[in-house]
Amino acid sequence: MAQDKIMEVRAIENGTVVDHIPADCLFKIIKILQLDKETHRITFGTNLESKRMGTKAIIKINDRYCQQEEINRIAIVAPMAVVNIIKDYKVTEKLKVVVPDQIEGFVRCANPKCITNNEPMQTAFKVIKGNDGEIALKCRYCEKITHQDQIEILK
Amino acid sequence: MGKKNLISITDFTKEEIIRITELAADFEQNPNQPLLKGKVVASLFFEPSTRTRLSFESAINRLGARVIGFSDTSNTSVTKGETFHDTIMTISNYCDMIVMRHSLEGAPRYASEISKVPVVNAGDGANQHPSQTLLDLYSIKKTQGTLNGINIMMIGDLKYGRTVHSLLQALSHFETHFTFVAPPELEMPQEYKLFLQEKGLNFVEKREIDDAINEADIVYMTRVQRERFTDPMEYERVKNAYILRNSMLKDTKPNMRILHPLPRVNEIAADVDSNPKAYYFNQTENGVYTRMAIISYLLGVKK
Ligand SMILES: [Zn+2]
Repeated sequence: MAQDKIMEVRAIENGTVVDHIPADCLFKIIKILQLDKETHRITFGTNLESKRMGTKAIIKINDRYCQQEEINRIAIVAPMAVVNIIKDYKVTEKLKVVVPDQIEGFVRCANPKCITNNEPMQTAFKVIKGNDGEIALKCRYCEKITHQDQIEILK
Repeated sequence: MGKKNLISITDFTKEEIIRITELAADFEQNPNQPLLKGKVVASLFFEPSTRTRLSFESAINRLGARVIGFSDTSNTSVTKGETFHDTIMTISNYCDMIVMRHSLEGAPRYASEISKVPVVNAGDGANQHPSQTLLDLYSIKKTQGTLNGINIMMIGDLKYGRTVHSLLQALSHFETHFTFVAPPELEMPQEYKLFLQEKGLNFVEKREIDDAINEADIVYMTRVQRERFTDPMEYERVKNAYILRNSMLKDTKPNMRILHPLPRVNEIAADVDSNPKAYYFNQTENGVYTRMAIISYLLGVKK
């Protein structure tokens, strides 16, 4: 199924491929995985055709094997993403992103009057999963809701 | 038992809420119980609020403890750029409990994570003010004899009014019937309506104060503030619809009482004050007993 799409972005020998990213979420995921600080070779593709999603983005990270926990962070913006671990050009593991119950430290609270936006401290949220698949974050501190479309990733 | 804080009304279980109202009644009977002799309570008002601060400090004094602290931050190290973290870390070494008010939402929760001693939230921005909620509950129990099955009509700003949200959460334990009276701009937020639905509780929404007031046991008034409206014309149009007047009370139930978190502006007409159903000034006295109950419960001198 994915044969022709993989061709759009060059195959990697070893590493991690994050696929089925909504095109408009690519830069958020780059921040979540801190790829801007990565020294390994990374290739990105975006606005690629996808039968399932219309357009999508894909990230291929050479020689880095992402852990389940960091992958679950992606779920906050792209719950439908698929992560493949590649060894010797073959998919050796397919990881499903799982929406975590709690997240700490990498998302900004949307409430400007929240203490987390005014003090040097970590943010923390309870993740609320709606019936429609939408995700909302409830701040541990100000108790206000940050909706999925308001999610801003912190450096 | 570990350190217990009161940051949000949801930190207390139904049983704890009931217990606080019982302790408050006990303190009302015997207001001078020096249970906390030798203790020091820090009263940290990063944002000024004379009414709430004096109520807490009166409660602390009646319990025999001493008060340290500040009533605003103009003369403190806070203005010298010290982080909130360091301020709380330091002060928690000086005292047995911290009572704090802050304009930033979530500051008391953060303080409770830093502090070695219990923290009581005396109001954080638009977020929570749990001692107000508990004194409202004590006022309801005292005037109605029970917290169960109360019919409450909430009037005015139900969108931004933090007191109505916390009170709604607390009353959801007690099979309460809610009637919400507010203009469209200020109606009860969806998340609280969903919360009630999930708990299987009924509510009715209205745009004006009508005959439904005759069914109410409690009428809970809030301020409708001009600055909440994006359209000033809209404020002018609706402001008079949410003023309670004595003429509206003639067919109300004999046990009905009017509550208001105070200060009021003009949402309760002056002619209501002399009506025996006006309870808002008695409410403030209940605040001292409720705060005595909260402090002594959190410090473990009352179980
Ligand atoms: Zn927040």
